[in-house]
Amino acid sequence: MSKGSTARDIGLAIAALVILALLPHIFPSKALSDFVIRLSAFALFATSLNLLVGYTGLVSFGHGLFFGLGAYSFALMMQKLGTSIPAAFGLTILVSAGVALVVGAICIRLKEIYFSFLTLAFQMLLHSIIIAWTPVTGGDQGLTGGIPRPPFLGIDLAQPSHLYLFCCTLLVVSLYIMWHLVRSPFGYTLRMIRDNPHRVSFLGIKVWRMRLAVFVVAGIFGGVGGVVMSLFVSSAYPDFAYWTISGEAVFMIMMGGIGVFFGPLFGAVILLLLNDFVTKITEHYGLVLGIIILAFALGLRKGLLGVITEYFRERRAARAGAPS
Amino acid sequence: MDHQALLSCISTTSCVITQLTGGLIIGMLLFLVAAGLSLIFGVLKVVNFMHGSLYMLGAYFAYTIYNVTGSYTVAVIGAGLGVGLFGLVFERVFMSRVYGEDVLMQLLVCYAFILILDDVVKIVWGPEFKALGMPPAFALPPFVVAGGIVPVFYLFLIAITLLIAIGLGFATAKTRIGKIVRAAAVNPSMVSALGINTTLVYGGVFALGGILAGLAGGLAAPVRSLVPGMGFSIVIESFIVTVIGGMGSMAGALVGALMIGLVRSFGSIGFPLFTEGLMFLLMTAILIAKPRGLFGKEER
Repeated sequence: MSKGSTARDIGLAIAALVILALLPHIFPSKALSDFVIRLSAFALFATSLNLLVGYTGLVSFGHGLFFGLGAYSFALMMQKLGTSIPAAFGLTILVSAGVALVVGAICIRLKEIYFSFLTLAFQMLLHSIIIAWTPVTGGDQGLTGGIPRPPFLGIDLAQPSHLYLFCCTLLVVSLYIMWHLVRSPFGYTLRMIRDNPHRVSFLGIKVWRMRLAVFVVAGIFGGVGGVVMSLFVSSAYPDFAYWTISGEAVFMIMMGGIGVFFGPLFGAVILLLLNDFVTKITEHYGLVLGIIILAFALGLRKGLLGVITEYFRERRAARAGAPS
Repeated sequence: MDHQALLSCISTTSCVITQLTGGLIIGMLLFLVAAGLSLIFGVLKVVNFMHGSLYMLGAYFAYTIYNVTGSYTVAVIGAGLGVGLFGLVFERVFMSRVYGEDVLMQLLVCYAFILILDDVVKIVWGPEFKALGMPPAFALPPFVVAGGIVPVFYLFLIAITLLIAIGLGFATAKTRIGKIVRAAAVNPSMVSALGINTTLVYGGVFALGGILAGLAGGLAAPVRSLVPGMGFSIVIESFIVTVIGGMGSMAGALVGALMIGLVRSFGSIGFPLFTEGLMFLLMTAILIAKPRGLFGKEER
């Protein structure tokens, strides 16, 4: 990777952040800023899952483990221990990484569908612990009483505008790091592992080490997604660790485009919008959403963004190939 | 966690008998669902995530047929055949389009149908809980075995599911159709080269999976309450069963189903809030020890 492209990427990231920061000033609506915060949580969650599914070929059904873990560990630290926000955030990352290291080390030994279900088992184990450990987690009611948000470094997350900017920053910075990662030699190794793990191991690369590394990275950013969610709802609920949340993330990836970095972000936008509109117009949410998903699955195989990028790539190829 | 309750249960014969039969019927019903799931995976290489919805459909079909005809036998058979037919149509119209694709694509189609069927059931039968009630033929005083209570219907359930299990085992091991199905699971292109219509085999296997799930739904209807979304938990449980046993293995499905049945039945006494967690713990432990399940074959 050249220095020039790094500078360009940083520039783009800053531009994205500026646009996001200006958005509430152009369209001052609480619904919009709430939407962006929710989107940040889900986009981080789905993009981090795509590191596993799309880039490494590890189809995890249990990525919600990290979403739930991030939300609960952050919320619990804030509520029960009274830590500062930066400390709770840092510790949550450590917890996510630690759990990902252990769970990943166990899961990546397994192949295909067995890997998928073992990850799901770990996620549902967390869900069961949350349900059963009522004195700490509040059981199926979730954490009650809200999360305190003591100001730090002049940032007061109790103020909606500060919370909005904080979440946007987390989103852009995390996406930037992940983007950088998939463009690095490590990222290309992951794609090689996805396409042909045997060949990669013949090259002298320890495949399991790479898989474990990406599992930990994905776990960390999945956890950050959970932190954003818990800040948004000022609580944590067992649903965050239920298996359907992993299903939604997979759906976001498929909808946006599995082979595209920004596909999951795009898919998150579509799914959240669908969520909001469909629930408004009909009580038969599942029926409508199901039919839309079916149309996507049988019609747009590569996801929306995938189809669009393919179209432009073909046009570019056609132009390059055409005699001038 | 209530270890005391579990200990005192294990030390009394009556409690052990009651829990044992309870665990057995959970296990046998789970086996019917998981067997179909495992069969479909073995032959079609499809992870049928909507299998629980087929079970739900079976229960609701049985409910309606029973209310119309008043015959429980007709209701159960009707549920099996109805869901089998639905499975066949689903396989032909939707699933067959995503064969050989990414497993995620199949997952997505199934996920769509889980959502659709839950809502369809809500529209047709209403969102509230329904109960089929115990058929009069089984409204007899329960057996008392060494102080443990064993309802007559439980014995009937265990017997009939065992019969189905044996029939299924015999059909796959001995009959010509069973051999074709097993061959199609290993080498579909060879089977097709021998002049056998693999499309028919695939449709048939999916229909059979549907029949088993439908029968399970119909058989469970008198002892379970019916509610949209009831397929959710059973599909997860039957996946645990098939993964524990080894995907594609009938014997594995039976052993796994009985294990999960017993864990659920005894776990509900000792760990009422953590019963689900116990199942996942069991699955984790088995997969760590045997990464392809108890009876799973190592793939090349």
